[in-house]
Amino acid sequence: MKIVVLVKHVPDAAGDRSFAADTTTDRAAVDGRLSELDEYAVEQALQVVEKSGEGEITYLTMGPEAASEALRKALSMGGDAGVHVVDEAIHGSDAIATSLVLAAAISKLEPDLVICGMASTDGTMSVVPAMLSERLGITGLTLAASVAIEGGQVTIRRDSDEASTTITASLPALVSVTDQTGEARYPSFKGIMAAKKKPVETWSLADLGIEPAVVGLGAAWSVVDSIVKRPPRQAGTVIPDGGDGGVQLADFLSSGKFI
Amino acid sequence: MAEVLVLVDHLDGSVRKTTTELLTIARRLGEPSAVFLGAGLDNALETLGRFGAEKVYVVADAEIDGYLIATKTDALLTVVAQASPSAILITSTSEGKEIAARASIRLGSGIITDASDVDENGIATQSAFAASYIIGSKVTHGTPIITVKPNATAPIENLTTPAVVQVSVEYGALSTSARITDVAPRAKSGRPDLTEAAIVVSGGRGVGGAEGFTVIEALADALGAAVGASRAAADAGWYPHAFQVGQTGKTVSPQLYIANGISGAIQHRAGMQTSKTIVAVNKDSEAPIFELADFGVVGDLFAVVPQLTEEIGKRKG
Repeated sequence: MKIVVLVKHVPDAAGDRSFAADTTTDRAAVDGRLSELDEYAVEQALQVVEKSGEGEITYLTMGPEAASEALRKALSMGGDAGVHVVDEAIHGSDAIATSLVLAAAISKLEPDLVICGMASTDGTMSVVPAMLSERLGITGLTLAASVAIEGGQVTIRRDSDEASTTITASLPALVSVTDQTGEARYPSFKGIMAAKKKPVETWSLADLGIEPAVVGLGAAWSVVDSIVKRPPRQAGTVIPDGGDGGVQLADFLSSGKFI
Repeated sequence: MAEVLVLVDHLDGSVRKTTTELLTIARRLGEPSAVFLGAGLDNALETLGRFGAEKVYVVADAEIDGYLIATKTDALLTVVAQASPSAILITSTSEGKEIAARASIRLGSGIITDASDVDENGIATQSAFAASYIIGSKVTHGTPIITVKPNATAPIENLTTPAVVQVSVEYGALSTSARITDVAPRAKSGRPDLTEAAIVVSGGRGVGGAEGFTVIEALADALGAAVGASRAAADAGWYPHAFQVGQTGKTVSPQLYIANGISGAIQHRAGMQTSKTIVAVNKDSEAPIFELADFGVVGDLFAVVPQLTEEIGKRKG
């Protein structure tokens, strides 16, 4: 079975993230890392291969040079190869263009199964998996809290506020996984060393047959009109509990007419 | 005036408050029409008319609930082809965002997700980077598709008698390829919906275990509030994941947020930072949650919270 796992290199959410002058994410301001939510996708792919005893995992990313770090991190956890779509024209692509590029790259890899995280930790839109399902014409099973592959079928559990739902489809399919699927493994030293020797290919838009004019900031189907830093919250009153903390809290809530 | 479609978010015809907010926003942009998918229209019609839906497009086919989401996209797009709307508004739930994503590719339209408001010019407001930025943006291509978060605006009534339009849909092979084979409903808490609630009372690592949440629930019930949990508490299995507030859970923006035993990691702040008033109770005076709090108590939540609950009971008489 051929598995493609989508990974994204994002500014570390623990850093002070900001926007560049052209309204895109400032990737120089904060150190980058493999999006934490993609680690769950990597883990699920590794488990699928471990359980079935066969399978080949290719990680796919798009982004500037540094995005290859996300591929190396994933490869250090396990898996076989990486593909990095890098092209200056991609800069500033919206989710629509991102899904166009990724769909072209996935088609070229011809996988049986595509696994994605539930959202990136920078854009946080959570729309690319569904867009890829549409573009590739393959079944999309989104926000899986658990994943099982058996006999050419994929079955997921999806939890909503109202119900826990079981959904089944035939491969090929695309699955996005939540953080409920289980903690991702840490790369071992051996894994980190092995990752350095695993093949990573670099593809350009031309390799995918995509015109540069249809992607990037200029081709985006929405525009940013304004960016304002939210004013920091005014520091409030913090009191030590001297035995009547609950009563004082009630006073505060009364003054705000919450009681 | 062109129609603006609002996809109705409902459970068996019980219309969620977010839909009344979307109908209110739709009126700024054009003539509001509701799109009602699934069973229960009779329960929904009065609410949709009260908040100004001029038309209600209805698809009640079994396919709507028998498959995962994509059949709803088929239904919505059939209505779009009929109505030629100037915009499409959808509640920003995980299901709503997926319908929006699929629709954007099929229609060739731009998409904005997680808007906290939309003005009369179609400019949507969003938060970015754990709510540290406020972004205004606009769709410039195709029929704007915007998903809007709960509590975006105060719903305004505008009584109408909607025309009901039955719509017949052809479902694609792709849409019926993901079959729902089992549905296990969750027990209802009887409390307000977490994302819609005016007050949210949350517990975190400091709650110490599943039993500890009875203290959190008691305070929530005294205030008529929803209960939330931090990722640490949800991951530990102390409270169901469906109630998790934060980056990988729900984003809430209530009038009042009470964080108990929650340190306030970026992951959690991303989900509650836009709350109007924030109150924190934590043993650790250095906890970052106090940087956000309008009022904080440094102390043992098992002393402070029950005292607060009791005091609320007294004051309410």
